Amino acid sequence: MNGELKNHVTKLLSADTRLDGRKPEDFRNPIRVDYDVVKTAEGSAKVTIGETEVFAGVKMEVGEPYPDVPEQGTIIVGAELLPLSNPDFELGPPGIQATELARVVDRGIRESKALDFKELCIEEGKKVWLVLIDICTLNDAGNLIDASALAALAALKSTRFPKYDGEKIDYREKTSKKLNVRKEPIAVTVCKISDSFIVDPTTEEEKVIDSRLTVTSEADGTLCALQKGDDQPLTSDDILKMIDIGLEKAKELRKAL
Amino acid sequence: MAYTKRLNGRKNDETREIEAKVGVIKRADGSSYFKMGNTIAYAAVYGPRNLYPRFLQNPEKGILRCNYNMMPFSSSGERVRPGGSRRSKEISLVTGKALLPVLDLDEYPNSVVDVFIELPQTEAGSRCAGICAASMALADAGLLMKDLIAAVSVGKVDNQLLVDLDYSEEAYEDGDVADIPIAMMPNFEKITLIQMDGEMTKDELRKLIEMAKKACKNIYSIMNKALKEKYEVERE
Repeated sequence: MNGELKNHVTKLLSADTRLDGRKPEDFRNPIRVDYDVVKTAEGSAKVTIGETEVFAGVKMEVGEPYPDVPEQGTIIVGAELLPLSNPDFELGPPGIQATELARVVDRGIRESKALDFKELCIEEGKKVWLVLIDICTLNDAGNLIDASALAALAALKSTRFPKYDGEKIDYREKTSKKLNVRKEPIAVTVCKISDSFIVDPTTEEEKVIDSRLTVTSEADGTLCALQKGDDQPLTSDDILKMIDIGLEKAKELRKAL
Repeated sequence: MAYTKRLNGRKNDETREIEAKVGVIKRADGSSYFKMGNTIAYAAVYGPRNLYPRFLQNPEKGILRCNYNMMPFSSSGERVRPGGSRRSKEISLVTGKALLPVLDLDEYPNSVVDVFIELPQTEAGSRCAGICAASMALADAGLLMKDLIAAVSVGKVDNQLLVDLDYSEEAYEDGDVADIPIAMMPNFEKITLIQMDGEMTKDELRKLIEMAKKACKNIYSIMNKALKEKYEVERE
């Protein structure tokens, strides 16, 4: 269906350029993080990458720990591909794409140990903090994964605990205690189209991607999560090359924090 | 103690600060941002576009579908569960009814105009902010409209008649509170939405409707200016 578009994009890439004139490994401008954009949340951020805009908000709740880790709180990541952000998104419960998005973001934060879940313990076996991270898309002009992961991290960085008296939370009063974010996992999705690799695809480019690999890494270059997506297989050389690109571009996204 | 002076320092007929913009969501056919105090609404319009499944189509005219949604972190209390509540369904319904009278969808048989209202942050008056945002987004989408729809909530706190109640007023505990969201066509002075929670006399209601009319005309001029501003820039 997108055969002609794909031929065109491939031809441009062989000349080292793209539909919007970028080089294959260029992100769009601006890459911007706005903190504390939602006063009702305990932490929030809005990320802009080119025309793509994503909100992330954190609400804190007190709940019971999982029985196997009675001394640990946890994070719960949700993502909503809002129908206001893309003409193809529909109302209804999260579909496959939204679920994958939420899980990729979750994995980066969880596996990098960005938060020490033990620090979220209030009373072992009884009460722990649950960090509820929600991602809402405002405008989907491509590359929601990278924008969402960045927004979630930024929202966590801006999170302050609400006042809690041991019984209930007073959401109208935030304390000065911030969530301790110890690592900063950054996701970069590298896409393969024909024999070329690109980052930060637009909506048009997303239609013709053969394969993608989301590379989540920490500041020192440690990898903490991977996710391969789309239909075509990758060679191990492809994967290593994509990781190199992902690590390099993460530095750029990190500057926006 | 009686509620003699507004806690927020506003005059009785004064709304919170309003900020309005259009064209904020690039993928949409029309879009807007409307902020009233601490309540923020975005609206996006898609369409007229084909309506599926087909049995929903009306061969005589297009239909309007509205959806009001609070983002999970938008409430000053607990997280709002995604997926819509009875409350959000009702608001979606009355929002659609509030907007429809200014639209002419006769030229779009079998089509739908979708309006999506999203609130990232709320503090009272969210349905009114949503309606204002939606009305601007419809105009931004270039749909034929005979007026904009402006909306505001008016009400009574203790014995004071007020425009645009905020959270502290809605939650006032030392006296009765009544809240009336009103949407209207400012140029025709016709009311397209009215609801009421709370008790009051007919005479108080009459006065409040007059106050709402005045406030809506002011809101209209702010919305109108935001719409014109977009096209000022594009003309340069």
